[in-house]
Amino acid sequence: MASIKEQFEIPGKLKTWAYALIGIGGVALLYGMFTKGFSNDEHEQVHFWGTLMYNTIFWTLVTNAAMFFLCFSTMAQAAWMQSFRRIAEAISTLVPVFGAITFAVLIYVVVGHKHHIYHWLDAEAVAKDPILKGKVGFLNPTFFIIWTTLAIGLWSYFGYRMRQISREADENPMDLETATKFNIRSMTRSGFFLVWFGLTVASTIPWLWLMSIDAHWYSTMYSWYTFASSFVAGMALIALWVIYVKNKGYLELTNSEHLHDIAKFMFAFSIFWTYLWFSQYMLIWYANIPEETVYFKHRVQGPYKPIFFLNLVVNFLAPLIILMKRSAKRNFTLVAFMAVLILFGHWIDFYQMVMGSLMKEHVTLGWLDFGILGFFVGVLILMVARSLASKPLIAKNHPFLKESIIHQV
Amino acid sequence: MAQKKFVVGCFDDEKVLFPAVKQVRTAGYKIKDVYTPFPVHGLDHALGMRETSLHTAGFIYGITGTTTAISCISWIFTKDWPLNIGGKPHFALPAWIPIIFELTVLFAAVGMVLTFLYLCQLAPGVKKHHFHKRATDDLFVMVLECTDKTNADDLKALLTSNGAVETDIQVAEEDWWFGTYDNDNENLYKQVSH
Repeated sequence: MASIKEQFEIPGKLKTWAYALIGIGGVALLYGMFTKGFSNDEHEQVHFWGTLMYNTIFWTLVTNAAMFFLCFSTMAQAAWMQSFRRIAEAISTLVPVFGAITFAVLIYVVVGHKHHIYHWLDAEAVAKDPILKGKVGFLNPTFFIIWTTLAIGLWSYFGYRMRQISREADENPMDLETATKFNIRSMTRSGFFLVWFGLTVASTIPWLWLMSIDAHWYSTMYSWYTFASSFVAGMALIALWVIYVKNKGYLELTNSEHLHDIAKFMFAFSIFWTYLWFSQYMLIWYANIPEETVYFKHRVQGPYKPIFFLNLVVNFLAPLIILMKRSAKRNFTLVAFMAVLILFGHWIDFYQMVMGSLMKEHVTLGWLDFGILGFFVGVLILMVARSLASKPLIAKNHPFLKESIIHQV
Repeated sequence: MAQKKFVVGCFDDEKVLFPAVKQVRTAGYKIKDVYTPFPVHGLDHALGMRETSLHTAGFIYGITGTTTAISCISWIFTKDWPLNIGGKPHFALPAWIPIIFELTVLFAAVGMVLTFLYLCQLAPGVKKHHFHKRATDDLFVMVLECTDKTNADDLKALLTSNGAVETDIQVAEEDWWFGTYDNDNENLYKQVSH
């Protein structure tokens, strides 16, 4: 493998873009924080903190999805992703960073008693409210803070452990015994992450962080829906980075066969997302119980109607039609375009999930949203690139690497 | 019922088969098919076969299913027999989506299976000529159809020089037929040499 370029060097242009995005986004973020976030107007406060909340939660879950992808692939002893696993690892290094921002924002909201965001923070209202009283064992500040700390801390820790074991494949060629042990240890470590992921992202965390904004409303589909949204966006992010890094002349071992499988994930999980979206919507539509329809009332018939249906077009119809063909899934340009579209679509989805409940009267999408988005994207670009440059791009002694090189769909 | 002349070459190793396929194609012969005991990765590519259109057929069957479901349900519930179900509008699209989905899947699945069987010439009671019985066991059997210009002996020599362990010239029925092997064997094809 003499011709393989193992060391990623950050292109100057990428750095410029990242700093520009962080600069512009940072200004928007700070300006928004001081004019809205710390203003005396409750409405403005909710606008700012809600916007920051959905952005930071979205990017935390999306970067975490990259580690989830690595872990379930390891658990299934999948080999095809070995040729680009360092990309997914680099994306997952953002979990502690975005996790810390999420943690700070959520703690500020809970400790700062922002009951216009989380209605259940208002102890007086809860005492008079039989529904919220029934949920008080789950929706209370103590549990919220402990569970949030544990969730972000353990995602970061188990992810760190997975990245550490992957570094062992850089050193010396393994004999059969070492490779077998390495494989079992990798699977054990991914198991810890997967179990914790199931207990948090696929169940409790979306209930706590997002669904409890509508404190009276509940949907058992909600967590899976959030998970599907973040996972498909996570696969899109991996695809985008793989294509970018390959375009710069690295990742010689990753080709259209690997891209085909990544795009299959994007295609399949777009449909999975729609399945959950529809399951949630149809049951509520059919039963037509006011307690449940309250969530959809202003989304389907109110000011959020365009965004609600745009969501369905961008996240379901577009991937379904465009990514259906085999040749489309093997086309780098088309997959890059679809990856951007899917990332944007699920960002919009998170937007309507949070702001659709906080700002029922009008759609707030504007400079603040795109500014904060720019800030997060800038941080993401800069830190993923740095993480990629800090270690070899290929785990060259990984026992499964050969299987990945000859991967054929 | 057209009987044709075939040259058959048997290989006992994939590693020999692939270069042989390449050599035979380079020499200008068109390979009818290679019968293998198990799916061989990349063989279709080596044979230069075009990609199957089965998925396009599947898409068309699926769309047919969708259309059938939508037109059928909407006609029943809005024109033929409108019912008030829980105060829902007659044109209750969300409630129909599962049925539309199911019918799409049903049409696509059944249609594709039948198309696949037709393309592979498989059906109950239908027979096909077997070029070599061990194609289902341990031999890779390459079959070439002879034209007027083909010199069968040259071709046999080419196959042998490329590692065929057994070569053969057969005059055999190309298509499928209804019947049994026992009764039709003598009538339909005879083995020229072995």
